[in-house]
Amino acid sequence: MIMKKSFFNKHKKFQKTLLLVSLGGVIGFLNGFFGGGGGMVCVPALERVLKLDNKHAHATAIAVIFPLSVVSCAIYIFKGAIESLPLLTVGLGVLLGGIIGSIALKIMPGKVIRIVFAFVMLAGGVRLLI
Amino acid sequence: MMIFLQILFGILGGFFGGLGMGGGTILIPILTIFLGFDQQLSQGINLLSFLVMAIISICIHLHNNLIETKGVFWIIIGGLISAVGGSFLATVLPSYILRKCFGAFLCVLSVFEFLKATKKEKKSVSTKKN
Repeated sequence: MIMKKSFFNKHKKFQKTLLLVSLGGVIGFLNGFFGGGGGMVCVPALERVLKLDNKHAHATAIAVIFPLSVVSCAIYIFKGAIESLPLLTVGLGVLLGGIIGSIALKIMPGKVIRIVFAFVMLAGGVRLLI
Repeated sequence: MMIFLQILFGILGGFFGGLGMGGGTILIPILTIFLGFDQQLSQGINLLSFLVMAIISICIHLHNNLIETKGVFWIIIGGLISAVGGSFLATVLPSYILRKCFGAFLCVLSVFEFLKATKKEKKSVSTKKN
């Protein structure tokens, strides 16, 4: 009886590990292939599979995607896809914008911004497809 | 003028990143559409600027105890392997094909964003009742 139970537990644990590894596989591929967006998949995955609340999921997603992005960056640089001058100027902007955004996070209402954000994404997507 | 625009667009992308809504999904299409960057260059810049921002946010989140470590190891293992494949594929593909793939990815993400934004509204109503 006890043996049967422990076998069942082991089996379940293995299944969960497999699920986590394959989830990571999807996130890593998307993040590398599209140079970002891994968080869009990682946050809901962490919420559902590891049952994290929204705040923890957001924070943990960054920690998960960080090592994946290091690997991806290395490959992009190695293959000569990145030019240094635009990297410096855009990077400087991102840093400034990031600071402003994290401050604004406390002030701005979420829902309207999210819907606007979705429409901007859709417009960008369609423009790139054409 | 070009440098000014690069910084400005960087700020815009970083702003959305700071809001926790995935800066890359805004930054990458802006760089490709308005500045005529190669899709690979836009993606590479996004990856690298994410790394810088991520170091800062990981430090803050660690300090606030928001990063969960349970189960995360396996996600990272799976992610590291596929990140190599995804990034390699991205740097080998012709820019216009990668651009179209990214456009399709954005369209899909925008639908999810829209659903999430409208769903959250319902949730906040139900919590008000409680």
